[in-house]
Amino acid sequence: MNRNLALFAGVGLLFVLTGMLQSWNLALSILNLSLISAIMALGVNIQWGYAGLFNTGIMGFTALGGLAVVLVSARPVAEGWAAGGTGILLGLFLGAASIAAAIFAWNRLPKGRMRMLVTLAICVAGFVLYRSVFDPAVVAVEAFNPATAGNIGGLGLTPTLSWPVGGLLAAAAAWVIGKVALGLRSDYLAIATLGIAEIIIAVMKNEDWLARGVKNIIDLPRPWPVPYEVDLQQNIGFTEWATRWGFEATTASSIVVKLMYAGLFVLVLLAVIWLSERALNSPWGRMMRAIRDNEVSAAAMGKDVTKRHLQVFILGSAVVGIAGAMYTSMNGQLTPGEYNPLRFTFLVWVMVIVGGSGNNWGAVLGGLLIGWLWLIVESLGPLVMSGLVAGLAEGPLKSHLIDSAQHMRLLTMGVILLLVLRFSPRGLIPEK
Amino acid sequence: MDILNALVAFLNFVFVPALAYGAQLALGALGVTLIYGILRFSNFAHGDTMAFGTMVTILFTWWFQSMGISFGVLPTALLALPIGIAVTAAFALGTDRAIYRFYRKQKAAPVILVMVSLGVMFVMNGIVRLIIGVDDQNFADGGRFLISAGDFKEMTGLAEGLAIKSTQAVTVVTAFAVMIALFWFLQKTRTGKSMRAFSDNEDLALLSGINPDRVVQVTWIIAAALATIAGVLYGLDKSFKPFVYFQLLLPIFAAAIVGGLGSPIGAIAGGFVIAFSEVMVTYAWKKVVTYLVPESMAPEGLLQLMGTDYKFAVSFAILILVLIFMPTGLFKGKSV
Amino acid sequence: MADPYLIGEAMTGGYGGADILHACTIAVEKGQIAVIVGPNGAGKSTAMKAVFGMLKLRAGHVKLDGEDITALTPQARVAKGMGFVPQTHNIFTSLTVEENLEMGAFIRRDDFKDTMAQVYDLFPILKQKRLQPAGELSGGQRQQVAVGRALMTQPKVLMLDEPTAGVSPIVMDELFDRIIEVARTGISILMVEQNARQALEIADKGYVLVQGANRYTDTGKALLADPEVRRSFLGG
Repeated sequence: MNRNLALFAGVGLLFVLTGMLQSWNLALSILNLSLISAIMALGVNIQWGYAGLFNTGIMGFTALGGLAVVLVSARPVAEGWAAGGTGILLGLFLGAASIAAAIFAWNRLPKGRMRMLVTLAICVAGFVLYRSVFDPAVVAVEAFNPATAGNIGGLGLTPTLSWPVGGLLAAAAAWVIGKVALGLRSDYLAIATLGIAEIIIAVMKNEDWLARGVKNIIDLPRPWPVPYEVDLQQNIGFTEWATRWGFEATTASSIVVKLMYAGLFVLVLLAVIWLSERALNSPWGRMMRAIRDNEVSAAAMGKDVTKRHLQVFILGSAVVGIAGAMYTSMNGQLTPGEYNPLRFTFLVWVMVIVGGSGNNWGAVLGGLLIGWLWLIVESLGPLVMSGLVAGLAEGPLKSHLIDSAQHMRLLTMGVILLLVLRFSPRGLIPEK
Repeated sequence: MDILNALVAFLNFVFVPALAYGAQLALGALGVTLIYGILRFSNFAHGDTMAFGTMVTILFTWWFQSMGISFGVLPTALLALPIGIAVTAAFALGTDRAIYRFYRKQKAAPVILVMVSLGVMFVMNGIVRLIIGVDDQNFADGGRFLISAGDFKEMTGLAEGLAIKSTQAVTVVTAFAVMIALFWFLQKTRTGKSMRAFSDNEDLALLSGINPDRVVQVTWIIAAALATIAGVLYGLDKSFKPFVYFQLLLPIFAAAIVGGLGSPIGAIAGGFVIAFSEVMVTYAWKKVVTYLVPESMAPEGLLQLMGTDYKFAVSFAILILVLIFMPTGLFKGKSV
Repeated sequence: MADPYLIGEAMTGGYGGADILHACTIAVEKGQIAVIVGPNGAGKSTAMKAVFGMLKLRAGHVKLDGEDITALTPQARVAKGMGFVPQTHNIFTSLTVEENLEMGAFIRRDDFKDTMAQVYDLFPILKQKRLQPAGELSGGQRQQVAVGRALMTQPKVLMLDEPTAGVSPIVMDELFDRIIEVARTGISILMVEQNARQALEIADKGYVLVQGANRYTDTGKALLADPEVRRSFLGG
């Protein structure tokens, strides 16, 4: 236990040093992103550490969380709604209904060519119907003021509500994907989740009516109780307080905002850890680990392995979805273009493996440590690189090397992952 | 009614592009399926192996071009291709020696190997971006068209043109030559047969005195060669961008699974199934249909089932259907 | 008396955990058939695997033609002239019958056409089906492929792990006939059998194992005649 405390203290020291040597603003923004990453790592750890499920679609669940923020808390675009809101909803309903009808027909009809034809006919008819209702509605919505809107907007509810909704959205997606890919060999889940993540991003980039696609949604409201910097700066009490402590008002306001976020994130993080630890040490958690360690014998003892896997897959994805919502909330904008599988899926995996798969505290430590490393390299990398090549003559090679410093971190992450897998496969804080 | 023009439009916009794309996917899927059959894991680094091989080939292509060496009407990249293959194969053998071999000796679970391949993917990704950057690179040279649309119209007098880019022709010819060579190797040579035997029943292969290290090495060399060829052909046909190659992982895996993981013939079939579905679902059929129906019935919409941005959804949907209805794929690969 | 052609002497060992074999001795003379029988879990297959080098011995040694081969890997033993047919997964199902035989001869660098012809003479049905994938054959035919594959190295000793498991009685009789034929060509046969009575009938030597140790050792005929053995192991 002392060793673990020392590890956390070490990581804490890294953040403190960043604050002292660089700036507290930077240290805090790295901390906030790392906290979110740590929550994602917890979600992945629930799937991998508890049940051995290999999910490579973390990016997709993160993005769904982000979408939830827009749908819940963005201002509604009344004109957009009026133009095609009902059409879109009806279209989506028709689409879902025809899929349900097709599944129903497939399950109920006797085997044979008839079943094939009927199911196919339902699918085709459903698709035509869906497109004929959906398409005109989309055109109508997107036609309204495309420069600033062109979407249906959100519900205008309180932003804090969007976090659990993000979890729900991710859970729903996980249910669909898990239904299909769980129970097959482990690589298939990996490939299926990789695919669903790409598709979720494609939808968010291209369906402008939903969240304006790559035109992005900006100015999302902040969750309670985080204030706006501008308001703080105009608050006389605050500026006086800041100057008394020797801070500039602008810096102080942004630090306070970041601290507020950090507090919120820590609260969520602690709640998730508390729940996961309780779950892990409950009969349910013991059963999960029994299944992970020996699926065959667990199945022989009458455990429904696939069903348990589905539960755990949904739970883990929901946690990732919540983290994704927090991420978008903090940024105040949804930019589908920034979702990159290397950053949002595979980096989280590095965190889990490095931290210690199967151990919640390990996942958190991995999240904080790798999160710090990833972001600090972003700001320090070019600096170090230009120092390294200082002796080189000015020219294309030198500028190329300095430009490419940011790619060094992909390389570094790969090397770290490989080294940990090889020499310390149980991670920094191994499973108990 | 104008069946001839409709056919030409179909060939021009659907058949020819899908054939070239299918050939590229098939080569990629062959590499994935071979690794899966022999080393028994899904290699997530395959897309980045393609990118790596292509990058090496591009660098040598540029070098050749700067020295004034060209390959006539054919792209110079074909001259640089053997070097690209050699470097990539050496890299693959190096990663096997330094990384994968350790886990093989330990008999680690496949999912651990998949994770290890993620690490390799990161490293290769980093190397490629460090050396050549993230931007689009166009390295096709030589003749542009085998037949241009204008020439075709002049020759046949049809309203529709059929253009065949030389890169498409090169792709299809090279891909089929490579596939035939691979099948000859697997079916007729002693080493090829021993690879199939190893993939079929590892214990019995060991008992028969087949050297596992040699089988594994040959597999890496072939997989690296296939990845490089697939990557270069894709880059010639479209363009080279590291991130796009990473994304190709999805259709390639879909192709390998649709065909049946571990089955080479399945990988080829899967490649074409995925490519044709992707192109046909995202193609706007308005033009073809307009030729086929009487003028009064000409369609107003584009008749496009899905936007091109959703092409990954097509391979994904096929993948899901196969997983649900026939998990071993079209050609009975391994499901467990 | 000289050493038998192949002998596993006083073998003790197991798969890492507790010992399964306790000073167990198995031997076969040149051109003879030796059969290992015994109840389930007696360590029959383990004894066979020990002779073939598939598990580590804590004590005892294995000698082939007077040479100590205890330290050799199974692959090296194949090169020394031992052939092994596992109980299950003993053919390459996706390869044709002919390719299966070719893979059997993988370590041979000389021309093995003659050996293949001999195998086809022994198992004529295989010649008929030589271009078919072995996985499409019937159970008895698969066993013939498995034995044929092992014969391709021209072994001096052929070891069979329950060759008749899961085949019908008629096919079983045929397989035993073939095994006798193989022995007549001068190849020593060491096999584990579940069908103890039939196996002992063709055996020159029989070993009854119980809990990893020798209980009875005698000629096949003598064991069949022994009332004690009959009552305990042959069902009366």
